[in-house]
Amino acid sequence: MAYQLLKYALGGEYKEPRFFRDCQTPKKSYDAVIIGGGGHGLAAAYYLAKDHGITNVAVLEKGYIGGGNTGRNTTIVRSNYLTPDGVNFYDASVKLFEGLSTELDINLFYSNRGHFTLAHSESAMRTMRWRAEVNKHVGVKSRVVGTDEIAKACPQMDLSCSGKSPIQGALYHEPGSIARHDAVAWGYARGADSMGVEIFQNTEVQGIDIKDGKVQGVHTSRGYILTGKVLSAVAGFTPRICKMVDLKTPIVIHPLQACVSEPMKPWLDTILVSGSLHVYVSQSSRGELVMGSSLDPYEFHSTRSTFDFVEGLTSHIVDMFPFLSNVKIVRQWAGMADITPDFAPIMGMTPIKGFYLDAGWGTWGFKATPISGKTMAHTLANDKAHDLIHSFRLSRFEEYELTGEKGAASVGH
Amino acid sequence: MKLLKCPINGTRPLSEFIFGGEWRDMPNPDTSSDLEWASYVHYRDNAPGIKKEWWYHSPSGTWFIAERNTLTDEVLATYLYSNPPATNVEEQSA
Repeated sequence: MAYQLLKYALGGEYKEPRFFRDCQTPKKSYDAVIIGGGGHGLAAAYYLAKDHGITNVAVLEKGYIGGGNTGRNTTIVRSNYLTPDGVNFYDASVKLFEGLSTELDINLFYSNRGHFTLAHSESAMRTMRWRAEVNKHVGVKSRVVGTDEIAKACPQMDLSCSGKSPIQGALYHEPGSIARHDAVAWGYARGADSMGVEIFQNTEVQGIDIKDGKVQGVHTSRGYILTGKVLSAVAGFTPRICKMVDLKTPIVIHPLQACVSEPMKPWLDTILVSGSLHVYVSQSSRGELVMGSSLDPYEFHSTRSTFDFVEGLTSHIVDMFPFLSNVKIVRQWAGMADITPDFAPIMGMTPIKGFYLDAGWGTWGFKATPISGKTMAHTLANDKAHDLIHSFRLSRFEEYELTGEKGAASVGH
Repeated sequence: MKLLKCPINGTRPLSEFIFGGEWRDMPNPDTSSDLEWASYVHYRDNAPGIKKEWWYHSPSGTWFIAERNTLTDEVLATYLYSNPPATNVEEQSA
């Protein structure tokens, strides 16, 4: 057995092909340059090539692909938001996700689990009813359930939460799923690369040339690139890129932390979220409990993680599942979340011609990866915002037309 | 545990404080245009660096100003809005 394995490893016959070319020297010019090789940037590159035939595209990534917030989220995919615009947008994303393993020919381990948002108070129940009705209205499967149904789906949970904040009911969202987040980035990268898109890792953008209010080119650590279209898809680095083009936005950066437990046999089938306890938890295909909490309480441009976070999160997890008190936490990390005042993204055109934003993804970015890629590709190709993202435009703030999306994970009700 | 110095109550655990956002000059609401007011309310540069920020010490109800590096989380100075220090940030950190 060991010999067979060694022969296989050294044989070279079954060598895994590269997912994408190892690009080193950029061309002189591209039709479009995408800053940020995360899920969003790579998806935009993929759909630019696939839907619009624009393949002369460079993706510039400062680190390695999928190493930012794409690889730091808790991989939950859902569409049970509060505003009709939000629900429609995320529903389109869930539908793309459901067929994505086949389309990209990569196993995303997309696992439909069902998603419970727990309510511990009458006011939280009211929000759940509100969300359920909005969801049903636009055809998304969400409904309010009582404690009996929660107990049936997750018999291990202490419904009184150690007597501190008894659960009164929940919003149940059937399509709620989890997926392997790095595979999403790698799948899109391979798809885009196979159609001609060039992906440059370890390539930092140092400046963006603007003349007469129009993008001219991008200064990078691998030289100057001429282009008329730049898409910024850099999540927590958005303020730094926007500073290069002197664009102000309402985005504030807060760290968002998460952690995983040691692996266990499968016992948690569903995804559980509690706004009041600031907890979301699911069990990954590896058996680890993937746990997240609310944002760090103040602006900070760093991915450091803290003991305060683990202490606070695990005390709430143990309230819900007292039997986990001896389970160990094996990893913790943080991402830089780009938070907007109305908990909706900022997507589409900007006052600078040729500079497009895909930002403000705060705590809700991973689930939107396919649809943000598709709609941003459409926006770049046609130089006009896609209908689905009209309400997410940057100018909504000066037009006093904020979205009021309170279905975002970090919001306590 | 991270600590912050309240100008009234001295050094306290960070969990006693609430972040109030970046301090910015308020335009005159009576004379500013809708766009100027929207810019004041919403738009900011927010790239990392040394920022002047509002902080609130919750148990004592004290609002004060902190000068903080948002890239390294170093607090350079804290003081009451009505009582700014004579020295500026560059001199203090030098």
